[in-house]
Amino acid sequence: MRKTTSRLTSLKKAPTGIYGFDEITGGGLPAGRPTLVCGSAGCGKSLFGLEFLVRGATQYGEPGILITFEETAQDIAKNVASLGFDTDALIAKKKLVIDFVKIDRGEIEEHGEYDLEGLFIRLAHSIGAIGAKRVVLDTIEALFAGLSNQAILRSELRRLFGWLKERGMTTVITGEGAGDQLTRQGLEEFVSDCVILLDHRVVDQISTRRLRVIKYRGSTHGANEYPFLIDEHGILILPITSSGLEYEVTTERVSTGVPGLDEMLGGLGYYRGSTVLLSGTAGTGKTSVATHLAQATCARGERCLYFSFEESASQILRNVRTIGIDLQPFIRKGFLRIHSSRPTVYGLEMHLLRMHKLISQFQPSVVIVDPVSNLQTAGTNEDTNNLFVRLVDFLRKDGILGFLVSLTGGANLLEATDEGISSMVDTWLLLRDVESNGERNKVLYVLKSRGMDHSNQVREFHITSKGVKLVDAYLGPAGVLTGSARLAQEAHEMAAAEVSRQELERKELALSHRRKVMEAQIDALRAAFQAEEEEFRQLVVTEKIRVGQLETDREVMARSRRATALGRQKTNHR
Amino acid sequence: MKATAPDNNKKRRPQPGVSESAAEWKLRLYVAGQTPKSLTAFANLRRICEEHLAGRYEIEVIDLLKHPGLAQSDQIIALPTLVRKLPEPIKRIVGDLSNSERVIVGMNLEKISQPPD
Repeated sequence: MRKTTSRLTSLKKAPTGIYGFDEITGGGLPAGRPTLVCGSAGCGKSLFGLEFLVRGATQYGEPGILITFEETAQDIAKNVASLGFDTDALIAKKKLVIDFVKIDRGEIEEHGEYDLEGLFIRLAHSIGAIGAKRVVLDTIEALFAGLSNQAILRSELRRLFGWLKERGMTTVITGEGAGDQLTRQGLEEFVSDCVILLDHRVVDQISTRRLRVIKYRGSTHGANEYPFLIDEHGILILPITSSGLEYEVTTERVSTGVPGLDEMLGGLGYYRGSTVLLSGTAGTGKTSVATHLAQATCARGERCLYFSFEESASQILRNVRTIGIDLQPFIRKGFLRIHSSRPTVYGLEMHLLRMHKLISQFQPSVVIVDPVSNLQTAGTNEDTNNLFVRLVDFLRKDGILGFLVSLTGGANLLEATDEGISSMVDTWLLLRDVESNGERNKVLYVLKSRGMDHSNQVREFHITSKGVKLVDAYLGPAGVLTGSARLAQEAHEMAAAEVSRQELERKELALSHRRKVMEAQIDALRAAFQAEEEEFRQLVVTEKIRVGQLETDREVMARSRRATALGRQKTNHR
Repeated sequence: MKATAPDNNKKRRPQPGVSESAAEWKLRLYVAGQTPKSLTAFANLRRICEEHLAGRYEIEVIDLLKHPGLAQSDQIIALPTLVRKLPEPIKRIVGDLSNSERVIVGMNLEKISQPPD
């Protein structure tokens, strides 16, 4: 089983050294096989081929041959010098051969049978001369313009690719697309191993280059369209998912810079290296909250990179001074860098690249993008979301806290507009206006915060001359009350509380009164009862006395009769 | 080696008429070994030259298998290739030259060959 897998995965790959490309393809181009790189004019095919050779020669010890049908070696050297490729030096070191094949239709006539053995000989000669491992044919379709016998050309091309494969040459063949076809001459029919499509699109006057691996026999590959750039270092592909979801996380927390907000997030603030989205409508104090974070970060002695797409650096500095934040010293000390640019000045890719670069240079622990939503003007929604995904990926990989500020339109649902990014962020704060009683008040709440205990409260906040201050918002049956409504409600509540307190007191008094009455009644009853009891006792005593008296009376009476009867009685008795 | 030996012999044959440097027509035939195509091409070329340019031409046969570097410096892709170095402008004819009439036209042999004949 294991053997099978190892054999299956043993497709050798030749790293191109093109930034990002090897990640997409899991190692580069199929080694020893031909790859077709196609696209329309000016899409970067030739550069792809040349960079493949130059990187191969300089980084991977694989000399290469460029057979060019369009430009002379001198032209190419000049063109790529700006990219830092010194082709002349490589040629001198025998690591590169540039062979310009000139085909001039006007000079050539065809009579009878022929083959392309000359090209084979040239290739074989160059391969032998430098021990080449890589070959680029740019673009072989020029042959079809120079020679007319299609049948011969096709069979010869088939033979050529077979020949190159036999010699184990990792080959890049470029071809220009036309209409729906990948290449004008259907080169894809000869190259079955790997086909890469480059594309250069202009949408809304902003150009974006894209790369897609259409086919890669025997290997998995990213099937997406990957935006790429051509900058002073060559081709730069920013793979969306290449970094996957494999990054280290920390439990370390960093302050938000807003005291009340820290408390809302479990009292500790954001996770270091997490992604925070702050969305809100216009004028809700997003930048103020963001600058608080910047200040807190710099005050800890860490670096913060602030990308502003709305205001210039000096404008931000001036504005935040009014809320008691002075960022100037941090800029002087090099803890803070504010980078302002118009969103539409470049395409999204260029923005991302520049961010990439600045972040790698500056090594900040916090990156603020204010606002990311403005970048949407530089591309379509999908593109912007892609940009966010890649930016967030990149920040997380490097353990940088990303603070994305998003401006949501008043008409849109706050929570819906950012759904594209929301799933990527760890903490999502929402700022919004609550309009009532002729005033607008700002409230803040934590929509979500992964992995931490967070407040469910809607808090009102003020932007004061000492910064952002959170106040408990009034939550009542009528909803959230803020501002003067909150104050009025508070006064109202206080009065109501007083009334009810008094009522209670009154009731208590009444109760005690009733108790007293009751007790008095009890006392009276008891007194009555006692009186009755006493009377009864008196009665008993009287009765006793009466009975005693009766006895005595009888005795007296008897005694008075005794003269006769008593003596008899007595004797009778005895 | 086998391929070049007969070529060299053939090459010498048309030369005696005129000294090499003085030849009005300098033709160079690029081949790769002694393939049927290259042999056919050479035979066709010699026939045409003999018919139209007798004594005024020189044919140099270059075997790229022996001199592979020349393919690059002389811009050879297809084989066999016939290059007319003189008279100028340089002309290239690709193929085994089997259609002699078209070769004659292509090389502008008609005009030049007719007046002296």
